[in-house]
Amino acid sequence: MDVKSTVIAIIAKQAVRSPDAVLMTNTLDDLGIDSLGLVESIFSIEEEFDIQVPFNANDPADSDFDISNVGSIIAGIEKLVADQNA
Amino acid sequence: MKRVVITGAGTVNALGLTVPETFEAMREGRCGIRDLVFRDVEKLSIRIGGQVPNYPAEDDFSRKDTALFDRFTMFTIHAAREAVAQSGLVFDGELAEKSGVILGTAGGGATTWDDSYYEVYHQDKNRVHPFVIPKLMPSAAASHVSIAHSLQGPSFTVSTACASSNHAMSQAFQMVRSGMAPVMLTGGSESMLCYGGVKSWEGLRVMSRDGCRPFSANRNGMVQGEGAGVFVFEEMEHAKQRGAEILAEVIGFAMSSDASDIVMPSQQGAVRAMTGTLRDARINPEDVGYINAHGTGTAVNDKTECAAIADAFGSHADKLMVSSTKSMHGHLIGGTGAVELLACIMALKDGVVAPTVGYDQPDPDCPLDVVPNVAREAQVEVAMSNAFSFGGLNAVIALRRA
Repeated sequence: MDVKSTVIAIIAKQAVRSPDAVLMTNTLDDLGIDSLGLVESIFSIEEEFDIQVPFNANDPADSDFDISNVGSIIAGIEKLVADQNA
Repeated sequence: MKRVVITGAGTVNALGLTVPETFEAMREGRCGIRDLVFRDVEKLSIRIGGQVPNYPAEDDFSRKDTALFDRFTMFTIHAAREAVAQSGLVFDGELAEKSGVILGTAGGGATTWDDSYYEVYHQDKNRVHPFVIPKLMPSAAASHVSIAHSLQGPSFTVSTACASSNHAMSQAFQMVRSGMAPVMLTGGSESMLCYGGVKSWEGLRVMSRDGCRPFSANRNGMVQGEGAGVFVFEEMEHAKQRGAEILAEVIGFAMSSDASDIVMPSQQGAVRAMTGTLRDARINPEDVGYINAHGTGTAVNDKTECAAIADAFGSHADKLMVSSTKSMHGHLIGGTGAVELLACIMALKDGVVAPTVGYDQPDPDCPLDVVPNVAREAQVEVAMSNAFSFGGLNAVIALRRA
């Protein structure tokens, strides 16, 4: 599985819905993922790709990681994975 | 109902090994948060904390005792010795039979868990030290304090995360007030500054890598601390008859449960704990001069707490001094309310309000007088100490000047 499908699978599992029902434009709110759910998803993503995601739950806006929707999360993870392989 | 006074106080925390040292640091607005020192700290992303520097365990305890005491127990016994010595009490006869000890801790012997798992999982050892269980049990500190001072009455440990010490002190207060016990030792202790202890907190992503700045717009999380605070709560007539020095009177407390979320705080739960304390103490909002805030330095806590104070105190909220001493000693989790009660005693007894240090930028969501960076001289009649825990278990206690 590529980065995109893997991240979608992790988010879908957290949202308790099928991966097809996770849209790139969905926000975490749309998917019913709260702050604890988000922290848990990031943990799963870090474990899956062996990366560190720069996310601070205190101030998501100030984190160097855009969580505004599924598409932005995937873009962020793709960059972190690419940087790691570079 | 009996009146309850504090006749002894003891501590060890990142600011000092005694109450006078801690008061001095609070007066000077000194920050005790520094680089952590312990095994594998370099593998953590959070490497600062309010660690007790160079704790002299070998001066405090015999070799036999150090094998039996976790660090949280050592801290507690150290603080209890100071408190009992100041009170001048000697526990024997009926006094010993009726007096007890109630302490708070969230993690108990966390370092002992960590060390023992390290040995069996990482070092492949086949056995652990025979005292692992009596060392790590969260009630170990209460037992050892009762043994050390011959306290044979009601004794137990309370664990309500970050509110543990305030819940413990509330119970001790109730027992003395009701006449059940003439004297209770109470407070709490924490020692989670080990690899597993900090690693677990890292997971929640609410920790700051660079400092604890409660109420400041640029705050970015909490910083863990460690240590203990122990107090002698004594029935007022008992204290007066023996001519004891009274540090402050305990006048009220209240507890509430948010009943809403395991990590997010509720404003209404905090309001109910504060207004409940005012009612229990039979005082008006205007009587309170200082609040030692829970003030963790997370975005959510500080904003919610400020809104709750404004709600509970109405227009008087603008006249109150509200500070978070966690900015100096860190968040002692289950022990935090005990060390923070010291700031209330200092305000009432010495007329010095401890500051919120690390305060850089005003936050419109925290529009209170947070006593920024510099301690302030002020006569305070009533001080209140807030503790709001993960899981929404709140406990607030109020003291009056003696």
